[in-house]
Amino acid sequence: MWLSLLLRGFEGFGQYLLLLRRSFSGLLRFRLYWNLWTHESIQIGRDSLFLVSIISLFVGAVTTVQTAYQIVSPFIPKSTIGAIVSTSAILELAPTITSLVLAGRIGSSIASQIGSMRVSEQIDALEVMGINSATYLILPRLFGALIFFPVLVIYACFIIHIGGIVAGALTGAVNPTQFGIGARSFYEDFQIIFMLIKAVTFGFIISTVSAYQGYYVRGGALEVGYASTRAVVISCLMILIADYVLAQLLL
Amino acid sequence: MSELRIEHISKWFGSQRVLYDISFVFQPGQVNMIIGPSGCGKTVLLKCIVGLIIPEEGRVFFGDVDFLRAPPEKRRAILRNLGMLFQSSALFDSMTVGENVAFPLRVFTQQSEKEIQSRVEYCLERVGLAGTQHKYPAEISGGMKRRVGLARAIALNPRYLFCDEPNSGLDPLTARRIDQLIREITEDFHTTTVVVTHDLKSVVEMGQRILFLHEGRAEWQGDRKELLEDVHALPANLRAFLMASGLVQSKKP
Repeated sequence: MWLSLLLRGFEGFGQYLLLLRRSFSGLLRFRLYWNLWTHESIQIGRDSLFLVSIISLFVGAVTTVQTAYQIVSPFIPKSTIGAIVSTSAILELAPTITSLVLAGRIGSSIASQIGSMRVSEQIDALEVMGINSATYLILPRLFGALIFFPVLVIYACFIIHIGGIVAGALTGAVNPTQFGIGARSFYEDFQIIFMLIKAVTFGFIISTVSAYQGYYVRGGALEVGYASTRAVVISCLMILIADYVLAQLLL
Repeated sequence: MSELRIEHISKWFGSQRVLYDISFVFQPGQVNMIIGPSGCGKTVLLKCIVGLIIPEEGRVFFGDVDFLRAPPEKRRAILRNLGMLFQSSALFDSMTVGENVAFPLRVFTQQSEKEIQSRVEYCLERVGLAGTQHKYPAEISGGMKRRVGLARAIALNPRYLFCDEPNSGLDPLTARRIDQLIREITEDFHTTTVVVTHDLKSVVEMGQRILFLHEGRAEWQGDRKELLEDVHALPANLRAFLMASGLVQSKKP
């Protein structure tokens, strides 16, 4: 049983790599992809803003309150809270939490859109017209994610800081000046680069894994639902693995 | 017009063989029909011809080109001369009716927006759907979707038209209207049309050259006259298929 699962896993990974290679071949005219890319970018970027804002605000607030709770010694300056929250936001919370949330929102949407096109023969229709369906469906989504994930992550990082500052001020745990001093004291430019590398990597994982799950759906509406769930679960798992690998390699 | 022919097509799904050594020459400029009971492999054969399924054995020739073994550029050139109407219509549901019909024109031609709109209007008018450009597929009936599918299939003026169960699930009147349209389009555009169906009324309505499949085997081929004139000269499976339709009756006691 384990061997069969392992073989299926390898087969799936091989199929995923072949699909990726196919999605970069047989490009049609630029205008066609530009329109699709614009549409996907709106879906990924603008439509995720509200969700990212709410989550980031609360993540920032909760992290500040909990960090303050753990710092009991009067010898530790209050600005340490700002340092911890800010570093955590840049290195981990903004890219990883945002990506895990977006895996649910965008990953399931990509898998179900492409899956529905598969079961209703729309992908066959593209192929019969001589259009490389992998390129047509995956490339605009991939580039939409690669460009807008870093933007969303930078935005999330900013909102986490706002959440932290507001919660610190409201609870009296740390005032905005102390928070700012702390945040600046441990800041390094490389942290931002690391955050963006994570954002691009996670965007790539979510868009391609979800597209792969949708592209190879067989059956009907029920299977599209399963594919959508699988896309979210596998994307989240891959994000966590990539998160660890990147931290190990780059920090 | 280039001839379309298939030679020794065989297809397996895992250990199950679904097509057995099928060869057939489709008549140019005519409605060629692949008929047979459900599950006999008609749609699989059609998908093998257009390259959506790759058969393990056999060849598909569009003119002199061995389609399945041709380099990608040549295959794409053939596909651009080919229109297909799917059983589910396969309309892009995020696009309006007009955008669906305009899609192949936008992708493959350098026409101006005005020329594209004019062609879209012509194609929709041709299938009796003038004035529906701005509706979405979800807002129109099943019969209308098939007609939009047909309009999209003929947008690029194809030399080959493939129809997979074009009237299944439609009421008899709409089904006959679709049959008439396919026949008229074949005559007007001089396309080589291949229709997969199990509806014998469609065969009577538009069939010219016919291939009968039974359990993945080509059991009979001929023209409509041969099919309907002397039922007793036909193979037993085809005879039973014809009798079951109620359109043909045994004259023998």
